[in-house]
Amino acid sequence: MARALVNVPAKAKRGEIVEIKALIQHDMETGFRVGTSGNIIPRDIITDFVCKYNGQEIFRAELFPAISANPFFAFSTIATESGTLTFEWSGDKGFSATESADITVE
Amino acid sequence: MTRAAAAVITSALLGCAVSAAADEIPLNQRKSGYEMMGRESRAMQDDDLTNPGMFWVLDGEALWKRKDDAAEKSCADCHGDARTSMKGVAARYPAFDAARGRPVDLEQRINICRTDRQKATPFPAESKELLALDAYVSRQSRGLPIEAGSDERSKPFLEKGRALFNERQGQLNLSCAQCHDDNWGQKLAGAPIPQGHPNGYPLYRLEWQTLGSLQRRLRNCLVGMRAEPYSFGAPEYVDLELYLMWRARGMPMESPAVRP
Amino acid sequence: MTQQPENLQQTRRRFLRDTAALAGSVALGLSVTPAEATPDTMRAAIKRVVGEGELRQGKVKLDLPPLVENGNVVSLTVSVDSPMTDTDYVKAIHIFNERNPQPNVIGAYLGPRAGRASLSTRIRLADTQNVIAIAELSDGSFWSESVNVIVTLAACVENL
Repeated sequence: MARALVNVPAKAKRGEIVEIKALIQHDMETGFRVGTSGNIIPRDIITDFVCKYNGQEIFRAELFPAISANPFFAFSTIATESGTLTFEWSGDKGFSATESADITVE
Repeated sequence: MTRAAAAVITSALLGCAVSAAADEIPLNQRKSGYEMMGRESRAMQDDDLTNPGMFWVLDGEALWKRKDDAAEKSCADCHGDARTSMKGVAARYPAFDAARGRPVDLEQRINICRTDRQKATPFPAESKELLALDAYVSRQSRGLPIEAGSDERSKPFLEKGRALFNERQGQLNLSCAQCHDDNWGQKLAGAPIPQGHPNGYPLYRLEWQTLGSLQRRLRNCLVGMRAEPYSFGAPEYVDLELYLMWRARGMPMESPAVRP
Repeated sequence: MTQQPENLQQTRRRFLRDTAALAGSVALGLSVTPAEATPDTMRAAIKRVVGEGELRQGKVKLDLPPLVENGNVVSLTVSVDSPMTDTDYVKAIHIFNERNPQPNVIGAYLGPRAGRASLSTRIRLADTQNVIAIAELSDGSFWSESVNVIVTLAACVENL
C-alpha cells in the first residue's frame, strides 16, 4: 500500500477547530505526457479522497491531474468527540490506500 | 534555458569584470538554498508530515531492517539502530575509501556494503531503493554541521573538484563559479540563483516531483549550461561533491530538503 | 489595445501563447494536446458546476504566490468568509484553471462540521494563467475569486 502521512492533533478541547493534514505518496501521472516511445503515458491518478470522523464524512475531494504529485491536503474540522479519523484515497488502476489517527477530545 | 535567459547572463557577465579565479563566498556570507525559497516551500520542508521526501526516509527505514533473498545480512545486522550508528555519517561524505584509493559518495558506500558485506546486487543509480537508503541515512545527520573534506588523503580529489567548479564548460562557456560564487542572489529567468550548497541531499525537487540525488541535480546543471554531462557514476561527480561539501563546511545538514 | 489587423494580432498572440505553453509544458514533462484548456473550456467547466446561477465576486480568498517557484508544485490556500453554522455554511469549493490541458483542478466538499471554510493543497500550473476558486454556499449562491499567476520555466531544464 502506498505510504501516507497524516497529522491529527492527539488532544483537543470540545468545540475547538482543529487543522488536519494528509499527504499520500503517488506520482499522479497526468495522462498528457509523452513517453520516450512517442506514446502518451496513460493517466494514473488518485481521483477521490474522503476523511471520516467516527464514521461520518467530514471532508471529501475530487482530484484531477492538476493536483501535484504526492497529493497534500490541509483542512479543518470541529473536535466534537474522542475517536478515530479515517482517511481513504482511491483512484485509477484500482488504487486504494487508507490511514487513520485517533483524537482525544476533552 | 531560453534565449532570453542566455542573453541576460551574457550581458550580466560582460557587464562585470570576469576574473580567471572566481572569488569564493566568505564563510560568514554563506546561505543555504532554504533561505532563498518561498515561504510555502520552506513550510513543506520544515514539517516531517508535509515533506514528501519523508516517504523515502520511511522506505529506507524498512529497507534497513530487511534481508534480501540473496543477502546474508540486513544493514541492521551490522549497524544496529541507524539513529545512533548513522548519526553524523552523511555530514562527512564523500569520504576516503582506502580499498579504492579515492573518496566515494554515500550512495557508492551503500552499494559497496551491499556487494562486499551483504553479498547482494548493488542498487542501480537513482533507483527507489538506493534513494530510500540514502535519504534514511542522510536524515540521521539532519541539523549536524557538514565536515566533509578534512581528510588529508582526500585533498588531491578536493582540488580536482575545485578545478571542475571553476572551469568554463559547454556552449555557454560558463563555470559553476560564475553563477554560484559571483552571481548568487541575482535572478535567472525569474528565479534567484542559489549559492549551490549540497546541504540537503537527497532532496525533493519540485521540478522533479520526486526525490533525487545530487548527481541528478549536477547533471541538470550541466545540461542546463549546455555542457556535456559526465557519464553516470563518473568520478568527476564525486570530486565535485567533495569540493561542494567542503565549500559548505560547518553548515547544518537539512536532508531530505525541499527545493524548487 | 492598438488597432492591428485582426488576423495578425490573433496569429501573433496565438503563436506566442502556443510556444510559451509548449515550452512550459515540455519543461514540466506535459505535452500540449489539441484539446488544451482555453478560457472557453474553463467557462464550460464552471457552467457544469454553477449551472445558470450567478457567479458573484467576494467572500472567497484565493491565496497563490504571484510568481511561482515551480509550476509543478504550487501551494494554494482558499478560504471562504462564512460562519459555518448548520444553516449557513460552505457546501463546496471548486477550483478551475485556464491554461492546463484541462480546466478542473479540484472539487472539495465541506459542511458545517468543518468549523472553518478553508483548504490548502498543491497544484500544477502549466503556464502563466488565471486560477479561479468558486464557493457554493448552503443557500445555493456561488461566490468566486480569480488570481493571475506567473509561471516561468526552471532555469536549468533536465532534458533538452
